[in-house]
Amino acid sequence: MLSAVFIYNQKGEVLISRLYRHDVKRSVADVFRIHVISSPTPVRSPVTTLGSTSFFHIRYENLWLCAVTKNNANAALVFEFLYRLLGLGFSYFGRFDEEAVKNNFVLIYELLDEVLDYGYPQNIEVDTLKLYVTTESIRSKTIPEPPQNITMQATGATTWRRNDIQYKKNEAFVDVIESVNLILSAKGTVLRADVQGQIVMRSFLSGMPECKFGLNDKLVLDKDGGMSGVGDGESVEIADCQFHQCVRLGRFDTDRTISFELMRYRTTENVNLPFKVLPVVREMGKSRIEYEILVKSNFNSKLSATNVMIKVPTPPSATKCRIKVFGPGKAKYQPEQNAIVWKISRFQGLQESSLTAIVDLAPMSKQVAWSRPPISLDFQVLMFTASGLLVRFLKVFEKSNYQSVKWVRYMTKAGSYEIRI
Amino acid sequence: MKAKVLAALRKGENYELKTELNSEYRERRKEAVRRVIANMTVGKDVSGLFTDVLKNMQTDDLEIKKLIYLYLINYAKTQPDLVILAVNTFVKDTEDSNPLIRALAIRTMGCLHVPEVLDYLCDPLRTCLKDPNPYVRKTAVMCVAKVFELNAAVAEENGFVDAVRESLSDSNSMVVANVVSALAEMNEMEGGRGIWRLDTSTVGKLLTAVNECTEWGQIAILEALVDYRPQDEKEAENICERLLPRLQHANGSVVLSTVRLLLTYEKYVKRADLLQQFSKKMVPPLVTLLSSEPEIQYVALRNINLILQRQPKLLSKEIRVFFCKYNDPVYVKYEKLDVLVRICSERNVEPLLNELKEYAKEVDVDFVRHAVQAISRLAIKYDSAAERAVKVLTDLISTKVEYVVQESMIVLKDIFRRYPQRFDGVIATLCEYIDIVDKPEAMAALIWIIGEYSEHITNVGNVLSGMFEGFLEQEDESVQLALVNAAVKYFLKSPQQGQALVLKALQTATEKCANPDVRDRAYIYWRLLSADPEAARSVALVDKPPVELENVNLPDSLLQELVKELGCVSSVLQKPARLFVYKRAEKAGLPRHAETVGSEADEETTTSEAAAGGVDTTNEGEPELLISF
Repeated sequence: MLSAVFIYNQKGEVLISRLYRHDVKRSVADVFRIHVISSPTPVRSPVTTLGSTSFFHIRYENLWLCAVTKNNANAALVFEFLYRLLGLGFSYFGRFDEEAVKNNFVLIYELLDEVLDYGYPQNIEVDTLKLYVTTESIRSKTIPEPPQNITMQATGATTWRRNDIQYKKNEAFVDVIESVNLILSAKGTVLRADVQGQIVMRSFLSGMPECKFGLNDKLVLDKDGGMSGVGDGESVEIADCQFHQCVRLGRFDTDRTISFELMRYRTTENVNLPFKVLPVVREMGKSRIEYEILVKSNFNSKLSATNVMIKVPTPPSATKCRIKVFGPGKAKYQPEQNAIVWKISRFQGLQESSLTAIVDLAPMSKQVAWSRPPISLDFQVLMFTASGLLVRFLKVFEKSNYQSVKWVRYMTKAGSYEIRI
Repeated sequence: MKAKVLAALRKGENYELKTELNSEYRERRKEAVRRVIANMTVGKDVSGLFTDVLKNMQTDDLEIKKLIYLYLINYAKTQPDLVILAVNTFVKDTEDSNPLIRALAIRTMGCLHVPEVLDYLCDPLRTCLKDPNPYVRKTAVMCVAKVFELNAAVAEENGFVDAVRESLSDSNSMVVANVVSALAEMNEMEGGRGIWRLDTSTVGKLLTAVNECTEWGQIAILEALVDYRPQDEKEAENICERLLPRLQHANGSVVLSTVRLLLTYEKYVKRADLLQQFSKKMVPPLVTLLSSEPEIQYVALRNINLILQRQPKLLSKEIRVFFCKYNDPVYVKYEKLDVLVRICSERNVEPLLNELKEYAKEVDVDFVRHAVQAISRLAIKYDSAAERAVKVLTDLISTKVEYVVQESMIVLKDIFRRYPQRFDGVIATLCEYIDIVDKPEAMAALIWIIGEYSEHITNVGNVLSGMFEGFLEQEDESVQLALVNAAVKYFLKSPQQGQALVLKALQTATEKCANPDVRDRAYIYWRLLSADPEAARSVALVDKPPVELENVNLPDSLLQELVKELGCVSSVLQKPARLFVYKRAEKAGLPRHAETVGSEADEETTTSEAAAGGVDTTNEGEPELLISF
């Protein structure tokens, strides 16, 4: 298993170094720096094996998180772990960059001591860790929580929830958040479209309730379709779903609410694409490109999308853009991004907007073909699911049999929404 | 302020720290300890402060305690005699009323890796293994593996190994998970001497524990089960069925470990319907892995590559999810490309060719080459796709992007050989792009095409003699050889027009060319042509054996081995573990106990050398890491 974990800054300086085994020395940190961080050739794999030492790295902002092993470790596990570590940092410091790491190095060492033992991941649940690894140093005698309780939770079957939570008003919020991914070819055919959904729950429920909720999943509906006789008859085929036994992204707020991801799912059939984009991009000789882009929203006219941003790539040699927008939104040429960025703060359903642009190109001494990167979209649509998924019911069962109020919200946002040109 | 600490680089800092560590003020001592750790992190040697740091160990401030423990883990080995001074505090801590402190002490003591501490560790460890608190127990169990690494005899004589084995029945699943990890670890250290063997009853326990474990525990258990040989078919089926729900776990490595188990158990489970059901269930989670973080995607894709060699049809319906996104990292794109070619079938070759055409327009030169090669693979594999593939390639050539043209020429050569006569119409147009081609391999390919199909090109004589102009300046012999061959073929096909050229070619090659291979080749042709033109014809214009796709599959035995290690480094590298993992048990071929002490001394020397040289290679006796500056 893991022999060491290092965190480097952009220059390759070691910010954190924690060794778990004696089969490596701190100097392996230099080996990684020389071979990967300061290597002139770009990284061709997140796994680098040199001799018998394997280095796994992920990058976040200006940091390199690197795990080292000397044996045939489970690579998938290592990466899952590194990302979990990143999440832990976020949850503790609100961000994860050089500054945060330097300012919290003592805490990071404490966390690293707790999450891995002899290189084996132990408990990485934020909620539990926050009980005993805290930003304020704790004296062993004045510990606020009886340590027995903490350890019970750190090793128990429900590591993610304490059983003595009480609320005055029992409420549960279910958020269905979907990301639509799309690759549309230049000819307008859908090459790939799928939806990744998350069902996130924020609960203010007392005790250890058991919650049941139902979706309009095809499997379920087909089975009990006869007796329930749902009117709308719409159902969704979920290609795959995963459930969380533990709270992830968990957060113990000051108001002691727990929000966590209940399940994740993926659908590929009948994706309702919220936006249609019809691009026409003509290269007029070597000095000019003409764009005509039409965007149509494809959802109920009572709904609206917010924060719509359409990025239309331009060649690096572009010098001047003349842009006209017909319909809502404003567009601006952003030379540093090599793109025309078109922002529409509010886009009503069943509406359309179009943009025309003429881009002048500087004559280049060496003619390089433009790779024509895809147009990308970003947006949010509330109360709309691209998969058509709906929560049919949410029931809460608790010993004390209290009444609870339940809320459901839906949101669809852009995942990787690419339109080739 | 702490940032300032990290940045502070002053002369004689250790001296200053020494005074601070002995300060009468608590806050100043605390700050000093922090600074020591900060210095340690950036790689400065603070081992000289050992005793001063140690003095602060007796504290009720958990933060200070943890930092000092961290310091000890790093430097205990350099000062084995002084560590003994710390032992008392450790032992006292293992009796603390707070389980967190008990666990912390036992965990750290195990990490010190100093033989001298062992004697003091045994008693506390024994109590901790029986601690009422599971948090302490799970830590103690791990500690046994650490002791075992240091001195296997001590671990066994004190009954620690047995105690760990018994803990398999612990009521707490997290303890069980650590037991499994510790036992597996010790098994490996011993080189399979049999510290632990799974039997039916333990398997039962593990299957129960797996439902309550953390995700990491689940992986440990799944990995242990992979090595188990079920008693009979029934048991194998049962294990698989009970673990099937793990496929829906959100943690990608749990998913991969489950797939690994199912594929390994394939040989025990004989019922075809079950196996089919397993395969069916595997597909959606594997596809979902492609929407995780890029590094996990990469591991998944490398593994999918292996799985597809076992079950080629598994993902044939899912081809579109492997289409590259513009922003995918290169390493993900490469793997996707590989998988795409692998799962492509006659049915979906058309959309894939269009997709590959898109990739060939990107800017990353290497990726473009791979895409073009993929097109030719498809053309060679599927007769029906050849037409379309050649169309795509000629379209790409007409973009005149230099590296695209070069690569397309190279692959077209193979396609022409695979389907003789079918694409004669295209050849003439290729000659229009001669000026763009300058990479030797591409030039040789183009010249070969011209020579082979000279009858389809109108002014072949001019083209060839044009290319011949630069014959002597050509640095690459493959181009020169290709030119000589082409001239000879042209002459044999049309003696009238080719005579002048062949004469000139052979003359130049034999008289002026510096390369002996080229000269020899030219001499042979010359004599052959003058002695027996018919023989020359049968040599130069012989029917070539058809081009076959090179085999991209791994040999069966290796594949078997790698599938059993799915998700591991070996499966990512697609190299068996024995080639890069250095077994501790094999080290120097010495019996373990004798060797511990010896290597300790060796390692000390390497440390000092490393300090002098800046970078060391970490391990004696194994293939060294090559360091290039």
